[in-house]
Amino acid sequence: MAETVESPEIKEFLASGQPVVEFDDVSIGFEGHEVLSHVSFKVAYGETRIVLGPAGGGKSLLMKLANGLIKPDSGNIRVFGRSLPEMTENELFEMRAHVGMVFQESALFDSLDVEDNVAYRLEEEKVDPKEIRERVLEALRFVELEQVIDKFPSQLSGGMRRRVSIARAIISKPDLILYDSPTGGLDPITSTTIMELVIKQRDVSHTTCLLITHRLQDAFTLATHRFNSQEKKMERIPDNGIDPSTKFLVLNGGHIVFDGTTLELTHTKDPWLREYIE
Amino acid sequence: MSFISPEAYAKSIVASVQEYSLLCGRSIANIFSRPRYMADIFTQMDSIGVGSLPIVVLTGFFTGCVLALQAAVSLKEFGAVNMTGELVTLSMVKELGPVLTGLMVSGRNASGMASELGSMKVSEQIDAMRALGTDPYRKLVTPRLVATVFMLFFLTIISDACGIAGGAFVSVTLLKLKASTFFHTGYMSLEHGDVVEGLAKPLFSGFIIATIGCYYGLRTTGGTQGVGRSTTQAVVASSVMIILVDFLVTQLMIGIFGR
Repeated sequence: MAETVESPEIKEFLASGQPVVEFDDVSIGFEGHEVLSHVSFKVAYGETRIVLGPAGGGKSLLMKLANGLIKPDSGNIRVFGRSLPEMTENELFEMRAHVGMVFQESALFDSLDVEDNVAYRLEEEKVDPKEIRERVLEALRFVELEQVIDKFPSQLSGGMRRRVSIARAIISKPDLILYDSPTGGLDPITSTTIMELVIKQRDVSHTTCLLITHRLQDAFTLATHRFNSQEKKMERIPDNGIDPSTKFLVLNGGHIVFDGTTLELTHTKDPWLREYIE
Repeated sequence: MSFISPEAYAKSIVASVQEYSLLCGRSIANIFSRPRYMADIFTQMDSIGVGSLPIVVLTGFFTGCVLALQAAVSLKEFGAVNMTGELVTLSMVKELGPVLTGLMVSGRNASGMASELGSMKVSEQIDAMRALGTDPYRKLVTPRLVATVFMLFFLTIISDACGIAGGAFVSVTLLKLKASTFFHTGYMSLEHGDVVEGLAKPLFSGFIIATIGCYYGLRTTGGTQGVGRSTTQAVVASSVMIILVDFLVTQLMIGIFGR
């Protein structure tokens, strides 16, 4: 897929090996209630960071903070090395050209058909209409939904909407993808299809990503599976292998209770964490 | 039911005023910078202007009819039924045309804007728009503001014309006045200041309708119930503001033109 926005600064930053996303002592609350408290973590280039935790723990809020949609009450968030709280709204719009986001409920535009939804960013960037059409087809082919190009979101199933949302997020080949519960509310078969797409995106493009889920099986599927490009399907990593670029972050009550690798998570001795993952 | 402290209530009001002022400021500033969403402006002009035409025409026409009937009853006591045209024309052009058109368009479009943007807000479409690099104020608010101000101006002229036509219809058919007398007295009664006053009011009303509709839409929370609440609040607030601003503009115009 061709890239939309070429930014030498971002490319230089990614090549430097510094963390793509960095939360530094971030806190935020609403109406006197602190939702995230002193959260600090880093996401390295090419890493897939899975955010786990019980509902209401501030996971979706964390995602919106990472995209500059909300500003923290205190602390700092750096994305591509730039401090989000210090950026103006126009600077944030420029930064977001390098970030793809898949929302919990897809957030497709009701009044636009699938083609216009997927093409939205390219149309905003005034890309040539012929190229837009080609790239929309390419993105829809990636999520195996070429056939619904003329349909409206209301005519699609929940799983299809989620896949169109993924196509919209990846069309500009972003350097960072934020998945907010991409399998939330879906049946197990559709969830597996979505996870396969996430793994495909991870293994084909090696894009840094943050993924929220409260389905542990999805999280461990990501950690233990890879995409087979020859057979064009997801398969288990041989010899009980684990994807080295996949790491975990567990939130509970607005605090980070775990930040580490898959093995560290499965071998944790923390009683709450053991109970949670079991 | 919990009560909030007076301090928290005062703070929330100040915050709302600040939020509304910022929305107004950014929406106006966006007119003078790129990108401009011309297609969205024309779509909104069609929806707000052409879509509101039937209610504006009917409201204007029947208001003129009623005004002529009521005026004739009072004027008859002084033997001045011939002045009906003057009364209807002045009332429609200076006051009833702008205010009633503003209220009708507010009922139809402030609610529409609040519910449309409110639905987008609660379904995260506004956040998605921001995440895709688009400023929602530029894409959603500014086109509605430009379209409402522009179209309300012309809708008011149409309403004035329909009101005068309604008054003429009643005067000729029921009051047995000559059409030429009605239009002549009406025309002769109008002065430059009256027309300016009548045409200045829709500019303010259009601004109020668009900004209040969008403001309540964009601050919607609480799912479908929240959308309903925002819609009601938008119509109530914009209607009250239209009448309040009408009073202030009238006062200002009297100060300027002396009538």
